[in-house]
Amino acid sequence: MDSTVVSTGTNEKTWGGGNQPLKSSYGKMMMWFFIVSDALTFSGFLAAYGFSRFKFIDYWPIADEVFTHVPFLHGQELPMIYVAFMTFILIMSSVTMVLAVDAGHEMKKNKVIWYMFFTIIGGAIFVGSQAWEWATFIQGDYGAVQTKGGNILQFGTYKTIDGEEVFKRVAVEDFTTASHTDRVQHENKNGLWFVGESALPAFSVNDVLHGLESHPEILVRTQTINEEGEKTVLSRAASIDQIKNNGKRYVKGANLEVNEYGAPLFADFFFFITGFHGFHVFSGVVINIIIFFNVIIGTYERRKNYEMVEKVGLYWHFVDLVWVFVFTFFYLV
Amino acid sequence: MAHAHKLEIFRGLIKFKSNTQKIWGVLLLLSIITLIEVVLGIYKPAALMVPSMTPFEGGFGALLGNIIFSGFIYTKSLNLIFIVLTIVKAYYITWDFMHMRDETKSLRRLVVWTTIFLISYLVFILLQEGGYIESVYTNGFVKRDF
Repeated sequence: MDSTVVSTGTNEKTWGGGNQPLKSSYGKMMMWFFIVSDALTFSGFLAAYGFSRFKFIDYWPIADEVFTHVPFLHGQELPMIYVAFMTFILIMSSVTMVLAVDAGHEMKKNKVIWYMFFTIIGGAIFVGSQAWEWATFIQGDYGAVQTKGGNILQFGTYKTIDGEEVFKRVAVEDFTTASHTDRVQHENKNGLWFVGESALPAFSVNDVLHGLESHPEILVRTQTINEEGEKTVLSRAASIDQIKNNGKRYVKGANLEVNEYGAPLFADFFFFITGFHGFHVFSGVVINIIIFFNVIIGTYERRKNYEMVEKVGLYWHFVDLVWVFVFTFFYLV
Repeated sequence: MAHAHKLEIFRGLIKFKSNTQKIWGVLLLLSIITLIEVVLGIYKPAALMVPSMTPFEGGFGALLGNIIFSGFIYTKSLNLIFIVLTIVKAYYITWDFMHMRDETKSLRRLVVWTTIFLISYLVFILLQEGGYIESVYTNGFVKRDF
């Protein structure tokens, strides 16, 4: 930084300027200050998530039941595995980043290039995994019925596995057949151009009710978490009652409005927080690519220091740091 | 830029020979912590699914005790373990990957205490209010089981 900063002060005079009490360059310090403010933004989001969760403490979805998918292992329930893999990828790319910074201190250009390259690959894998996670979450798996009060009713049946009675979820499609309906989706082109509606649900509540009545083994599970920390399963009579009296529409998957796993707020916060974090990762990858090419064309070699790599490194580690917290509060706690 | 790195972690219990070695050592530590979290998260031992202490009963002293030990009284042990492990991970990422260990004491305090103070305040106030609204929903006249 000596080439860009002119030292005007003298060493004897404290107030003469040119002091660096924190012994850190301007750019690095500003990166730290940015990180502090960004950390406060993220903690604001996570605290808001905590607020909403405390508000619905007995009704909140259980993350282990939501994020059970792993690519290429279709139909298996493997909670946490994929997100643990994502966490590991991000920590790993943090390691290659810090190795790049270290190589930069030793002015080893080729090593910096390779470590930066691995960091970028790690970041890309992470962003891709997050996109896949989103797609799976949006698509949903079992489907559910939303009640008039906005609660979610899910379906399942008791199965005996290894001599133990376990409640296993059943997809609505497996016991319901769509009846013929004259209800047509209203599109903008068939009427008022400014009035439209989104795609109609695959089943009506009546279809689901008929399906439920003709399959005596299927029970309804509510959102309420009981004393064992599990969702409450209703009796057969109560199941039919709930669907008949309170059922409003069939939902599958999650979006900003409904969420087949439980409270819509869960989906909203999931999209918002992981989305905001994913955006950080994405911009981190872009900045890393820029610095990567700068290293290749030898900008920092000529500048005789690799502090720029250190600065983007700080940002990259911060993204990893945030993920550690998102991982805990979204998937573990 | 060839400044010296501090190479010991655990208050000098483990001392690495070079900075590169320290990075791999910290990676190992972080991986082990993540592995513990994932295993605990999948198996959820029943013993850890309840808070480790019961609330104190009685006067002002009990109230004070409940506040001081609130983490043990109102949080499931498992969740408390997760939060503590997360903070441990955050510490090593900041200290060794972001080189906070090598910065001056004043820069360290500037960054760390500011965030800790503001985040604690934010978290306290939001969780407190979330609990209050929950109590209004539960004990008030808000119907939501329909």
